[in-house]
Amino acid sequence: MSLFSFQVPFMPEQASKFAMEVDLFYIALWLLTIGVTVGIVIAIFLFMVKYKRRHNGEIPEQIEGAMVLEITWSVLPLIICLGIFAWGAKLYYEMYSEPKESLEIFVTGKQWMWRAQHPNGQREINTLHVPVGRRVKLTMTSEDVLHSYFIPAFRTKTDVVPGRYTTTWFEATKPGTYHLFCTEYCGTQHSGMIGTVTAMEPGEYQLWLSGGTNEPPAVVGERLFSSLACNTCHTADGKGRGPKLAELYGKQVKLNNGTSVTFDDTYIRESILDPAAKVVENYQVIMPSFRGQVSEEQIAQIIAYLKSIGPKDSDTAAAAPAANPAAPAKK
Amino acid sequence: MANEMGHSEEPQKNYLNASHTVKSWLLTLDHKRIGLLYLFSISIFFAIGGIYASLIRLELITPQGDLMSAETYNRVFTMHGVMMIFFFLIPSIPATLGNFLLPLMLGAKDVAFPRLNLLSWYVFMVGAILMLITIMSGGVDTGWTFYPPYSSIYSNTQVTLAGVSIFITGFSSILTGLNFMVTIHTMRAPGLTWFRLPLFVWAHYATSLIQVLGTPVIAITVLALGFERTLQIGIFDPKLGGDPVLFQHMFWFYSHPAVYIMIIPSMGVISELIANMTRKKVFGYHFVAFSSLAIAVFGFLVWGHHMFTSSQSMYAGMVFSLITYAVAIPSAIKTFNWTATIFKGSVSYDTPMIYALAFIGLFTIGGMTGLFLAALGLDIHLHDTYFVVAHFHYVMVGGAIIGYLGGLHFWWPKITGRMYPEIWGRISAAIIFLGFNLTFFPQFIVGYLGMPRRYHAYVPEYQVWHVLSSAGASLLAIGFIMPVAYLAWSLKYGEKAGDNPWMAAGLEWETSSPPPTENFTYQPVIDHDAYEFEHVKEIKEAAAKEAALQTA
Repeated sequence: MSLFSFQVPFMPEQASKFAMEVDLFYIALWLLTIGVTVGIVIAIFLFMVKYKRRHNGEIPEQIEGAMVLEITWSVLPLIICLGIFAWGAKLYYEMYSEPKESLEIFVTGKQWMWRAQHPNGQREINTLHVPVGRRVKLTMTSEDVLHSYFIPAFRTKTDVVPGRYTTTWFEATKPGTYHLFCTEYCGTQHSGMIGTVTAMEPGEYQLWLSGGTNEPPAVVGERLFSSLACNTCHTADGKGRGPKLAELYGKQVKLNNGTSVTFDDTYIRESILDPAAKVVENYQVIMPSFRGQVSEEQIAQIIAYLKSIGPKDSDTAAAAPAANPAAPAKK
Repeated sequence: MANEMGHSEEPQKNYLNASHTVKSWLLTLDHKRIGLLYLFSISIFFAIGGIYASLIRLELITPQGDLMSAETYNRVFTMHGVMMIFFFLIPSIPATLGNFLLPLMLGAKDVAFPRLNLLSWYVFMVGAILMLITIMSGGVDTGWTFYPPYSSIYSNTQVTLAGVSIFITGFSSILTGLNFMVTIHTMRAPGLTWFRLPLFVWAHYATSLIQVLGTPVIAITVLALGFERTLQIGIFDPKLGGDPVLFQHMFWFYSHPAVYIMIIPSMGVISELIANMTRKKVFGYHFVAFSSLAIAVFGFLVWGHHMFTSSQSMYAGMVFSLITYAVAIPSAIKTFNWTATIFKGSVSYDTPMIYALAFIGLFTIGGMTGLFLAALGLDIHLHDTYFVVAHFHYVMVGGAIIGYLGGLHFWWPKITGRMYPEIWGRISAAIIFLGFNLTFFPQFIVGYLGMPRRYHAYVPEYQVWHVLSSAGASLLAIGFIMPVAYLAWSLKYGEKAGDNPWMAAGLEWETSSPPPTENFTYQPVIDHDAYEFEHVKEIKEAAAKEAALQTA
């Protein structure tokens, strides 16, 4: 696949839908760079040879400048730059717009390891197994410092930030094992915070998934929901001291300050850690903060549970049950 | 000793032999001596930064982290960045050549506030000594970017001390910038209108603007970081209720313009070198002058291009990318105008010209690869890899340092009254050019292959590029050591320079070399534009001599 088939490659393997597009862009920019640089270097060499100082008292004829040239070499680069901007922005938009349907994997970064949890509860450390030909969305957060999730073969990278969720997505096109690097400096073993991403045929991926003995996060989340006593206020009948959370995921919620917010991963996480930040209309601020009592992974499990009891026709909720082959067997 | 120098070699009084005591140097108010104080100090810091660079390249010859521990390596690359950026690149041209030349080019006796000028050196030295104490007490391992929460909570190195050092050093930069701006506004000789100023002065005006407006922001940022680290006030760490991305916004609001503090003065030097080495007026003077200002102003609006993968909004990313392309245009304008200046010139092949041409070539590659990084979809892959490392070294070493060395060679006869050995100048310039490209070009490739920055150990398939890079670095080191040796040699043994060895245009060449303490023994009055070579007395004399020879 690589455009260069030397023994020493100039590009990483192309293993995602974006890889080819990014490489094409990269090559185009190198051609431009080489063209401009070689042009200037040739001009300089010609001028140097042709206009070498012949005698000490020489004063060449002076040229003040030329408006036509100034405009040409301002406007032409501007047009080229706007073209590059548009190309880059289009690619960025595609890369960062979340796909409608995807396999969602939850990733936690922590000095100095990567933990991943699949929808059926299968976990792994410093590896990531994904099916080929399916969009995979990573929802990521960090337990300590900044990290960044970089898979060169997929041309994808997103910072992993403590205190918030970041997402990235890709679609692997070629089975194989690829590098996974942390690209945001994170302390002593930063260069050891590496691993592999294995892209597998969908059948093999299902086989790999079923090799685990873990419960799906939604099931663990349901248990947490009652063990942390969330269910005593957020009752199923909607008459509790907190709002009813079933059938809510992905919907707009009205707040007591008149604005509204989407009931999504970020809002759920914020409400668990900082309940007073955004309070639902007609409810009081009585919920205590669970900061320090729940881990990032447990928050993700509670989110998975709330998603699983979310509206059935919602796009966002559709992915969760579909990727849960191990769940019925457990129950 | 003073006597010997007095009677045998330098009969005429100049700023160097005006007095000889250590005190006369440490309490000097002469901008030329302060420039030399800076030159001496930053050369030491460049050497320290260079030693760190050599350690990095030695470690990376092999993929395993075998030369030093990860803890040590992380401190080494951090201190390399900190020394080079805060204690060499930012002060480099403005504080040395700028200090020395600005009043000379304006036809003034000194800068507007000579005491402030001396104070800025002392403030700089206090900051620098604190940084040396930081190094001796273990150094810092956060990277020069000091991203929290690692720097504020997790790192157990001397972050607070380093922060205090940078906080203090910033004030020296502000003082210099302020001094230069007032000097340019108020100290120009009669007849020296704004559009008769050398482009070096325009570049320093633009740089001073950034120093005065930008540096306070890094001071605030470092202060906030210090509060979080020492008092646990939550500003950046989410566990304390802060936001780590906020730090990145504040940090780059200064640190991106700071890149222009490093490169714009170098562009000013290149304009002088090319004009004087080709005896041509700079093509499109007004465009070159205003492009410096345009870079300074637009430079404040592009900081978010360091954060395309940071979780900042996609639309914010698009705006920052667009403005970044806008700031590329003034740099392109300068490059084209310099090239056009050489056209139909009278081109000298002396060392300063070699540096100027090296600058154009390397800065073109450095600038063009900036277009890769500003391209949103491509930066996702390139961000925080060695491609970025290669790009900014092309701009910072291939641009800023090459310009600094070119300027140092060009004005060396004015500063010291002696010529450096030309042949060695050319050889070392060639070695630096080759060594530089061999060091940094492979890093573009290994970066695209996926090699992340700040890695102590790496996967074996990248090794070949690192070996090439380390080989280039040793060549580069030789190229940097050579000028130290032959410039020092020239102080005693160099040929006497005379007032204007390059037959250059410019007020600084009309006074003696080295200049007297008061710069000019007369009041210069200017009645023509910059770079008008028919006014250069030495060229006229040479032409007359040649004409006489031909008739004879």
